[in-house]
Formats: sequence, structure tokens, C-alpha cells
Amino acid sequence: MPNRTIRILIAKPGLDGHDRGAKVLARCFRDAGFEVIYTGCHQSPEQVAAVAIQEDVDVVGLSCLSGAHKFLFPEVAKLLKEQGAEDIIVIGGGIIPEQDMPALYEAGLKAIFTPGTTLESIVEWINTHVTPQV
Amino acid sequence: MYTKESLAKASQARTNWEAAVEKTVAKHSDQKEQWTTVSDLPIKRIYGPEDIQNTQFEDISYPGQFPFLRGNQPTGYRGKYWTFRMFSGMGTAVETNKRWHYLLATGQTGLSTAFDFPTLMGYDSDSSKARGEVGKCGVAIDTIEDFQDLIQGIPLDKISTSMTINPPATILWAMYCAAAQQQGVPLTKISGTIQNDILKEFIAQKTLMCPPEPSVKLISDTIEFGTKYVPKWNTISISGYHIREAGATAVQELAFTLRDGIEYVEDAIQRKGLQVDEFASRLSFFFNSHIDFFEEIAKMRAARRMWAKIMKERFGAKDPRSCWMRFHTQTAGCSLTAQQPYNNVIRTVTEALAAVLGGTQSLHTNSLDEVLCLPSEHAVQIALRTQQILAEETGVANTIDPLAGSYFVESLTNQMEEKAWEYIHKIDEMGGMIKAIEKGYPQLEISDAAYRFQQQIDAKEKVMVGVNKYVEEDEKVDIPLVTIDESVEAEQLKRLAAVKRKRDGRTVAACLKDIANACKNGDNVMPYCIEAVKNYATVQEICDVYREVYGEYRDPGIF
Repeated sequence: MPNRTIRILIAKPGLDGHDRGAKVLARCFRDAGFEVIYTGCHQSPEQVAAVAIQEDVDVVGLSCLSGAHKFLFPEVAKLLKEQGAEDIIVIGGGIIPEQDMPALYEAGLKAIFTPGTTLESIVEWINTHVTPQV
Repeated sequence: MYTKESLAKASQARTNWEAAVEKTVAKHSDQKEQWTTVSDLPIKRIYGPEDIQNTQFEDISYPGQFPFLRGNQPTGYRGKYWTFRMFSGMGTAVETNKRWHYLLATGQTGLSTAFDFPTLMGYDSDSSKARGEVGKCGVAIDTIEDFQDLIQGIPLDKISTSMTINPPATILWAMYCAAAQQQGVPLTKISGTIQNDILKEFIAQKTLMCPPEPSVKLISDTIEFGTKYVPKWNTISISGYHIREAGATAVQELAFTLRDGIEYVEDAIQRKGLQVDEFASRLSFFFNSHIDFFEEIAKMRAARRMWAKIMKERFGAKDPRSCWMRFHTQTAGCSLTAQQPYNNVIRTVTEALAAVLGGTQSLHTNSLDEVLCLPSEHAVQIALRTQQILAEETGVANTIDPLAGSYFVESLTNQMEEKAWEYIHKIDEMGGMIKAIEKGYPQLEISDAAYRFQQQIDAKEKVMVGVNKYVEEDEKVDIPLVTIDESVEAEQLKRLAAVKRKRDGRTVAACLKDIANACKNGDNVMPYCIEAVKNYATVQEICDVYREVYGEYRDPGIF
């Protein structure tokens, strides 16, 4: 059994304001017993990485529906890595075309959740793949 | 509407029917215990005269007559169909202009602009905040030169153009006004709409720049300028669309939109000293048409009646045109599914039909691929044809408000109105919409509804075909997706750099100083914005002035 609850940052990098999915997930994770931090909209990749490190989270969940995920998601993963925080698991969601996924996985994302994914299955994925750092 | 005798007869008939129902249900029980709309309003098994016995004829009336439930115009769609106004914008201004000409050639009757996120948020393409976003979700506009490319070959005195722009609305509208003058078209001849509705951005869509109070001041500037100089322009489109997309119920969409409208009217009267009848007829609205057919029709009918009452009773409007709620509708993006995308055509038809039966004056029908990417030319053609077929083949436009008097529709319309008033009164008690937003009230109400809906979908209490029922295993999306090439960003940066090189920097600086002074003195910024954009000031340069004088708003991330 982990010694502390999973801590997760839900972030909206870039200028996209479609925050419905991010907020629904934030609530769902809270109900699932995780500690949730939500950045609000319009965060730069630098801000997202800084908050993730400062708050010592286990997971960063990125949400983007503007089509800018190809730049923003890898940028967050890169910045975390550069700052020695590659142990933070980065996952993403939103309108992400299948053809963009290989490059995102290559950039370090561990999972991409697209429309139609149930909340339960995301919680399950996190419980299976994330061990909170003590 | 009924006599005592006819109601007594109806009541007897209902008792007999109920007895029959009891017997039938004993043999075959209903498929589920509770029946609700997509927004969770309870729906009865049947509606009859008893359900609208308190509805007077005057509550429904005729089109062109108060409370305008059945429409503003006495002849409905017979004189003119609703405007077929497809929302479009992609990549560069030149590319978007091409799409506009294609749509006009295909029979679209009004233009509607989608801007990219940097433009929407008041950043230029060369801002660090714009990285990865340029031209992706709409067209990139930095200076009037881009704008001129956008409207190339579009006669601004004949075609009305809607621009989905909010915090930088003053600037994009200034570009439109300046471009019209350059075309030789006087401001009195141009027509169109700027969305310019900031309150719903705080509530839902989050395209934000400055805090609520000065943001509303900028809107009153446009209302005042339009009233004086651009009389055919709708200076605001008070929008429920985004509120609904963020997860609101139909009632919340209706209530928050109308309450936002009240806030704008109050500000224009108090801050600018305008008389309500001077400007109210140029206010326009924008609703979502979601998948629950009757709920949407009822919502739109209720909206017209409520706004008429608000204008007359709350603001003392005397001109009947002030009481008209004129609105555009878009079918619900959030009702579409990435799975089995061709099914989206059927959803869009249903939603478009609801909008027409609800009496919309302008309509955007979503394309089947819009949940996955920007619409392809082929998909947008099907979406536009949907409207043309509804208008010209199906006969739904033959008569006005054909569902009037339906026990169910009138009852649902009444119910929608009652519940929306409850929200409006609550926000009044909080001291208005800005106060309510500061408390996070509408944001949390919508968050609750969005979460509840997702849980219902996950639990299969509500059905989305292809998502939680009739799912195809190993489904592959087999439609071509439109992508915006990364070269758009590089090209746009080059164009912007060229404009910055050729313009007179000192004149731009002087123009920006004038705007700053206007902001500080509480003067109307519009004439100064027109002058600035004519001299090639960029969207961001002007927005930076706003941000500096008024402060910058940061999304508090309420969930």
C-alpha cells in the first residue's frame, strides 16, 4: 500500500479555454481520493512544469483542444526532464488525432485519453501505473 | 385558454386514460422508471389541457406581437429564411478568404469568422504565448493587412459578417470599420455582429484578458459607438452557446445568458447615459441547439418571451423592437461524437430542425468532422446543405411556430421560463452577474451539471450512440482530417515582421498613447482604435495597453 495518496496536477497549457473535460476530471480524481491541483486555463509550459515540481506531484494531466498539443505536450515533458523531474508521469487528453500519438509517446507522454474514455478507466489507469513517491 | 366545462371533460378523459395505463403497465412495464430531458428536466408520460390551463392567450399571442413568443416578425420565414451562417476560419487570412468564397458560392448567406487562439486572447503571432497555436483553431489576424486579405472580394455593404471575438472586439471591429471605409462603404451601410460578450467568457469559455468590470466598460464603448455611427451593426451577441458547451443545462444556458444581457443593458444605461430604446434593438443573442429536440424548442421560445418581459418590465422599453430577441443558433458541438462520426450528420439535422422550429434567425450547422478537426470542405458542404434542405424541401418553414398550442411544448416552455427566472432572481440577489462570477456561482453550477452528465454517460443512464451504446469494437476513424501545416506560423511571422518594418513606428506609438489616455479618462476607445489600426498597430499592441491600464485577469481555476 502506498504511504500517501496520489497527487495529480491537472493543467491547461496554451491558450485553449475549453476546460470542461479538465474540470470534470479534476472532480472525478478528487472523488477517487487523489489530491488534485488544477492550474486554471492559459498556463505556459514553463508554468505547468514549475507547478508540477513545486507541488511535488506524481502525475501531470494535460488537456488541450485547440490543436496545439503537438507543441505544448512535448514541451512540458521536455521541461520536466530538463529539471530532473522525469519521474513525474505525464498524461494527456483532448482532441488528439491518432496520427499525432506516436510523436507524443516518443516525447515522453505515458498515456493519451481521447473522447469517449470513461472516468473510471482513467482512474484505473492511474491506480495501476502510478506509485506515489514517499 | 379553456372553459371550466372543457377542463372538466379533459379531467374525466384523463382519469379514464390513467386507468388504461395502469392495466397496460401491469402487463408491460415502462423501459425505465424516470424519463427526463437531456438536461434532467422531468418529463411526464403525457401532457393535456390541464398542463397549460393557467396559460392565457396573451402569453402565447401571435408573431410580431408582445411577448414575441412566436417570433419578432409577423411573417416568419416566408419573407426570408434564417441566415445560413457557417462559422469558418483557418490558417492564414488568404486561406480563410478562399473558404468564405467557397461557402458563398455554395449558397451560404452570411459570413462568420473563427479566429485563432492568439487573436482571441489579444496576442500577436510572434508572442511567446502563441507558440503552437497560430492559425490552428481559426484564422490568425495581427494587423489590418491580414484583415484586408480576409475580406478580399467581399462587398461589405451587401454581406453581413459575424466575428467571434471577445476581449479584443474593439480592435477587430475597428479593423472592419477601417476596411469598409477603405472600400468606400460608409459605416452606416455595414452590417454584422461582433460577439463581444465577455461575461460568458468568465463563466464558460475562458478567452480572457482584463477583469470583468473594465471588460464590460469596453463593451459599453462599442454599444455607444454603434448607436451613434454604425446603426446596422449588432455590437454584441449575448451568448449561451459556450455556457452550454461547458456543460450547463438548458435552463442554466437560458438563465445565465439573459442575466448577462441584463448586466450589459444596465451598464450602457448607467455608464453611457443611453436610453434603452436607443440601443436595445441592436442587441443580439446566440444559443446552442442541443440534442433534446423539444427542450431546445421550448428554450428558444421561452427566451423570446422572457427577454420581451425583461425589456418592457425591467427597463421600461417602449419601442417594440427593443423587446425583440434576435438570435443566432449553432448546433451542439459537445453532442457530437468522435466515434462513428457519420452519425453526427443525423444529430446535426435534428438540432438544426429544433433551431428552426424554435424560430432562430441565423444558423450554423456543425460539420460531421468538427469534433475531430477543422471542418473539411466536403463536410461543411453537407452541413450547409442540411440547412438548405430543411428550408427548401421539408416544408418546416411554411408556417410560423407550428408547435404553438401543443400541450407539451407550451408546458415545457413555461417550465423552462419558471426555472430560469429562479436563477435570474438569485443572481439579482447576489448583486448582479459580475458579483456572481466573482463568487464563482455560475461556474460551479455549470461544473456540477457537467460532472453529473459525465457520470450519467459512464453509468449508461443517458445514451450516446457509439460512445456508451452500439459501440463498434476496434473502430477506426476513416475520414480524412484537416490539419493546419506548421508552415502557417512561420509564414504569419514573416508577414507580421514585414508590416512592422514598413509602418511608421512613431505614429503607432502616438496612437497607442491616445488609446491609453482614453482608457484612463473613461472615454470611448473606438475612434482611437480605428485610427491605430489604420496605422498598422497590431492586435497585441492595443491589448497590451488594455492590460496595462485595466490589469490582467487570471483564470482562478474553479472546479
